[in-house]
Amino acid sequence: MFEVCAPEIAVKAEPGQFVIVTIQEKGERIPLTIAGLDRETGTITIVFNEVGKTTKQLGTFKEGDSIPNIAGPLGNPSEIQKFGRVLCVGGGVMAAPLYYVAKALHEAGNEIVAVVGARIKDLLVFEEEMKGVAKEFYVTTDDGSKGYKGLDFLKEILNEEKFDRVVVMGPVVMMKTVSEMTKPFNIKTVVTLTPIMVDGMGMCGACRVTVKGETKFGCVDGPEFDGHMIDFDELIKRQRVYSSEERLASVFYEKLGGCKCDNA
Amino acid sequence: MPKQEPKVRAHNFDEVAIGYGEEQALEEAARCLNCPKPQCVTCCPVELDIPGFIKLIKEKKYDEAARKVKEKNSLPAICGRVCPQEEQCQKLCILCKIGEPTAIGRLERFAADYEQEKGVETPPLPTPTGKKVAVIGAGPAGLTVAADLTKLGHEVVIFEALHVPGGVLVYGIPEFRLPKRIVKAEVEYIEKLGVKIQPDALIGRLHTIEDLFKKGFDAIFIGTGAGLPQFLRIPGENLGGIYSANEFLIRINLMKAYLFPEYDTPIRIGKKVAVIGGGNVAMDSARSALRLGADEVWIVYRRSREELPARAEEIENAEEEGIKFQFLTNPIRFIGDEHGWVKGMECIRMELGEPDASGRRRPVPIKGSEFVMDVDTAVVAVGRTPNPIIQSTTKGLETTKWGTIIADEKTGQTSIEGVFAGGDIVTGEATVISAMGAGKRAARSIHEYLMKKR
Repeated sequence: MFEVCAPEIAVKAEPGQFVIVTIQEKGERIPLTIAGLDRETGTITIVFNEVGKTTKQLGTFKEGDSIPNIAGPLGNPSEIQKFGRVLCVGGGVMAAPLYYVAKALHEAGNEIVAVVGARIKDLLVFEEEMKGVAKEFYVTTDDGSKGYKGLDFLKEILNEEKFDRVVVMGPVVMMKTVSEMTKPFNIKTVVTLTPIMVDGMGMCGACRVTVKGETKFGCVDGPEFDGHMIDFDELIKRQRVYSSEERLASVFYEKLGGCKCDNA
Repeated sequence: MPKQEPKVRAHNFDEVAIGYGEEQALEEAARCLNCPKPQCVTCCPVELDIPGFIKLIKEKKYDEAARKVKEKNSLPAICGRVCPQEEQCQKLCILCKIGEPTAIGRLERFAADYEQEKGVETPPLPTPTGKKVAVIGAGPAGLTVAADLTKLGHEVVIFEALHVPGGVLVYGIPEFRLPKRIVKAEVEYIEKLGVKIQPDALIGRLHTIEDLFKKGFDAIFIGTGAGLPQFLRIPGENLGGIYSANEFLIRINLMKAYLFPEYDTPIRIGKKVAVIGGGNVAMDSARSALRLGADEVWIVYRRSREELPARAEEIENAEEEGIKFQFLTNPIRFIGDEHGWVKGMECIRMELGEPDASGRRRPVPIKGSEFVMDVDTAVVAVGRTPNPIIQSTTKGLETTKWGTIIADEKTGQTSIEGVFAGGDIVTGEATVISAMGAGKRAARSIHEYLMKKR
């Protein structure tokens, strides 16, 4: 988790928006969802998983280091208004930006029921923060190392309690699962998509996603969409397009210790 | 002009056209008749004194020639490479009546390259006027406005959305046609004049037009270009291996994916590539695909060869390099494999019918002529539309139904006082030089506006 000094962005950004970061001259542009900000100190919070080359390298940055390029705020803000009772489900590092949305929803007068999940116990983030805004709070892990095992318990909650809206941020598979669960209950479910992006400003179309049979761009039409309208299977395939190159870059970086690019 | 051999250049990203040496430049300059009433100058969008700078080349005063060019054109090394001179200045050259016109573009490039190599000097600037102008977009239009206004004594800040300035010159036009060091050098010249460039600043999100006025800017120029990709809207278009030309070229040009993994951004290219479209962007995409190692690259175009909108020179270059063409052909569906990757493209043959509104004969599908092309990569290069973010975040800014900003052709004045616009954001997708021309005209009227406003 980083707090980045970006005063101009901190003045403008709203929950649900993202930034595009380039960490060195030869670097790629990666989108990171904003997980909080402080307009007074001019900082924004980003939380990321060290999964690919760029995030691994970003993970080596120390306090006081500067990120050469950060563009934002990008995308549309999450829809914040008084809906009533809102179920917020966050998976992996996306629980952090979800907290930022949940907090805004809480401040707008909604009753929050929060779920924070991760693959394993050690990857859970923002549990305490989320508890602070939630009336009810649940933890889930894929392997059951903490809280509920998997997402099946949500079915019971959905059966027993009434919700006016569901907000999901996390891995695509999780967003798909939750959207499928809420559909029979006809609860408006919004998901925040993180498809592959290059520019993040509507220029490349790499992030295109089918919503209700129509092609939309994740970056400028979203990133928040109605989870019941998304072609998740297509999205999952599109996210894997560069997986072998991503692995290659990552291995290359680790074998060479990243020394090639450190002077940039 | 000397060029890299087609067989060699099809495998590298180095510049295709090598440029004149001194001797060739002198020889070519000598052909200019220095007409008493030169026609070439009448249709240059940036009003270049063409006979004037060619005369200086003849006299071997190359520095002065470069300075002469720069009086009007702040991006000469770029224009010398990518302007369609054959449709502008050179078309009206008197020598056309007896043979080849004077190669004005190549001479412009020679003078500009000569100066770049020697080290560029900036002209003396007038006393500052105390007026501040915000320019949105560091592409051809924005850079021209910024340079011209700075030379008139105004303070200019350019807000660029991407992390590198240059707009289409860096994200769109490939290295082999316009080396990025050339763009960098010309942008640096503009910065040396005193223009400040703020990258990573997407106006409409980071600041609105209203915010900019509040920050103390006296006038604003919008030159945000046409950067939104159009798709074919046919089934299967979201399969893996199908790119918009913009994505394809942004990965290659801006992010240098051809140097992956030294650079972090990857690009995946198959063996058989289809590029859909017939403009310069289609040629650039096809030739880039070849250089990335594709075995076979097809340009698939729905009209015939005569209607190809690309520059003749680029079509010729593409053919020499081995690009193949499927004319009168239109894709109707993409076919995917079990991994969600494209493996085929179903097309239909077309014939030309009656002329449409554009005056070109309209392509009409031939019933029953469907066939499948085996392709594992497809690039959709069927045009770009205006960037919409400023239009949607600025109250009172009038636009057309195509999303372009309405601005006076001569002055660039929009529906909001103090806000001017020019280039592709006003005209829709056009050329680098027409955007520069619009920038030049807008600079003049912004200057007038600023000096009147006390």
